[in-house]
Amino acid sequence: MSVPLPVFVAIPLVVAFVLPALGKGLRPVATFLANLAMISLLVLAVMSFGDARVYQVGGWSIPLGINMVLDGFSSLLLLAITAVGTAAMLFSTRYMEQYTAKPKYLTLFLLMVAGMNGVVLSGDIFNLYVFLEIASIASYALVGFGGEHEELEASFKYMVLGSIASTFVLFGIALVYGNTGSLNMAYIARAIEATGMNAGLAFALSLFIAGFGLKAALVPFHAWLPDAHPSAPAPISAMLSGVLIKALGIYALTRLIFNVFGVSIPVGWVLIALGILSMVAGGLLAIGQWDFKRLLAYSSISQVGYVVLGIGLGTVLLAKGASVAWASLAILGGLFHLVNHSVYKSLLFLTSGAVEMATGTRQMRDLGGLADRMPVTRATCMVASASIAGVPPFPGFWSKLILVIAAVQAGFYWIAAAIVCVAVCTLIMYLKVQRYVFLGELPEHLRQVREAKGSMLVAMVSLAVLCVFMSLLVLVPALRAAVLQPAVDVLLEGVNHSTRLIDL
Amino acid sequence: MLYALCFLLFMIGLYCAVVKKNMVKIVIGIVVMEYAVNLFLIMLGYRTGGTAPILSGPDVDVATKTVSAHFLAAVVDPLPQALVLTSIVISLGSLALMISICIRTYTKYGTFDITEIRRLRG
Amino acid sequence: MKGMTVIVKTVSSWVKVLIFLFGIYIILFGHLSPGGGFAGGVILASSYVLLMLAFGRESVEKNLPMSIASRLDCLGAFLFALIAILGLVVGGSFFVNFLYQKYLPGEPFALVSGGTIPLSNLAIGLKVGASLFLVVFALSKFRYDSKSLANKRLSERTGEPKE
Repeated sequence: MSVPLPVFVAIPLVVAFVLPALGKGLRPVATFLANLAMISLLVLAVMSFGDARVYQVGGWSIPLGINMVLDGFSSLLLLAITAVGTAAMLFSTRYMEQYTAKPKYLTLFLLMVAGMNGVVLSGDIFNLYVFLEIASIASYALVGFGGEHEELEASFKYMVLGSIASTFVLFGIALVYGNTGSLNMAYIARAIEATGMNAGLAFALSLFIAGFGLKAALVPFHAWLPDAHPSAPAPISAMLSGVLIKALGIYALTRLIFNVFGVSIPVGWVLIALGILSMVAGGLLAIGQWDFKRLLAYSSISQVGYVVLGIGLGTVLLAKGASVAWASLAILGGLFHLVNHSVYKSLLFLTSGAVEMATGTRQMRDLGGLADRMPVTRATCMVASASIAGVPPFPGFWSKLILVIAAVQAGFYWIAAAIVCVAVCTLIMYLKVQRYVFLGELPEHLRQVREAKGSMLVAMVSLAVLCVFMSLLVLVPALRAAVLQPAVDVLLEGVNHSTRLIDL
Repeated sequence: MLYALCFLLFMIGLYCAVVKKNMVKIVIGIVVMEYAVNLFLIMLGYRTGGTAPILSGPDVDVATKTVSAHFLAAVVDPLPQALVLTSIVISLGSLALMISICIRTYTKYGTFDITEIRRLRG
Repeated sequence: MKGMTVIVKTVSSWVKVLIFLFGIYIILFGHLSPGGGFAGGVILASSYVLLMLAFGRESVEKNLPMSIASRLDCLGAFLFALIAILGLVVGGSFFVNFLYQKYLPGEPFALVSGGTIPLSNLAIGLKVGASLFLVVFALSKFRYDSKSLANKRLSERTGEPKE
């Protein structure tokens, strides 16, 4: 039985609208409904994995109506969004008891998930913009959820920069519509193939790189991330850093460059430059941080740089007409790193939330020696840190290895050297985290801390287990062919993919 | 030519959002940018000497369910108008959130000046 | 929030009904003339905003308290989602205009035509009206005392940063 695609957007929206109407006494019901919605989304995402189909909303045929498309790339990201979302929702069942307005939080969280699902499944550029805005506005409100000084300042900064980025994206969409006369991605691809790039379309592409690059926190546009991610409540930081910057930023940019505009060498080099800049700047700036979540935020910038570097490398190799195998390997490395980073960065943010809830502080100078008092948190944090730093056999090692091999085979030795240097930086920063938070002396005022309880433990342990088993995704060839390779093939097919999918 | 003026309005909004120090002025700059993009979208659909895309009695042949060719030749493109309607709703929601955060920040910090609201550093 | 003078109060109590009626007209005729759910909802909300400015926030709160407006908001959104899901159940595709295709085609240019589009307009009008009323109401609830804020600013500039 194939699931109709709008269900992925309809379930979180309907539950989000029902929740504020439940009164004060029905708060456990509200939490239960929200968890049920997320778990059902995860089950549906796993069930529809691997299909490739198009759904015409309202029965209107394609150039007249909006369509939703599920292919390899979309289903990979859908799985990542729903998995991290379920873990974050389980975590927040217990964590959000310290805030007062919990039903509003659940509504905003479900709206954000609905927006992200819509971005990933949309086959129409303007529909992508509408869902991008739904997810962004929900996340602006969630970042400032606590209502304290720093959270409001971070939320304002994020909101101003995010609104400017969305306006750039809308301007780009207007330029694309003016030049091609259609809003459907397949029709636009065919029109651009027929007429070629002119000045308007090139300007539109640069506006898209700026707008989506700001949503993805690439380096010239990263200024909002180190303030917004620490100030948000921990499960929201996990969602923001784990999936929002990837679904809104990297997915949209990759989809537009590969499947709509077509690859070209200048675009590839721009992506490689942005990727290397983000990797190096994020890595170096993270080492000097003493706030736990701020360090994790800078490390997010660095890891997103890896993903964009992999995708840029694939773009350049495809555009030059060089061997498709190395382009495929580079894109595989980038996408595997994207999925890995979703899982372990969200796990790291969840453990930081557990530490903050138990001890009340995020400053690493005031922490120390929590290894005996909080053993499960310490173990999961160690698993996540080892993966992100690239220790074999955890999945982070394999994705970085694939990127290095692809760079060396393509002949860009300096890119490979940069990847290895930033990996060493990442190892340093996570050794710092482990030393200052978990090892060392336990200060006097922290003698009474207790381990995280209940649903928080379930969420963290399940993400840690997923983290350990994800290396099998690339080591076992059957799993790789079923899960990762369809996503890579969608991107390699390029402009022909969208026209083939709707039988143009 | 009109498109260039639209782009000039967009740049004015961007300048205001980037340079000004008062929070409310930054919000106004963002609103002006969004207006400029909406104006650009509507102007894309314009056809010289066109009329509004609203059907009335003589344009429709009910029996065959077709629309007269004269109507199709004289009417402006209605699709950008639908896009702009959606975009106005989105910017309304975003503006409401921005203003409420400005007000809450004022009650906490006591000022609208962004150079004094700088607790997060590093 | 206090009200305004007697002239404003009298005139606005005559005019509020006309504005509300105009808003309902724009929503109902949304499929025949420009307007529709969003524009009509904004006009509905603006009649309440006029009342808030003329009579003060407390009297409007007695008339339409925040909890009822919030429930109306959720009801409007839920009705819209219900129409979409009914399209899936009855017609076979999400959002399909099942009333037009199967049950009630209606005459062109009449009020009862267009299938589920007028129903969607009603749901959206209800939701947007309630939402905008709530937004303006909640924003007007912020009370700040300018003297105490000036003192706080002074102490923050001269004293040590509070951590």
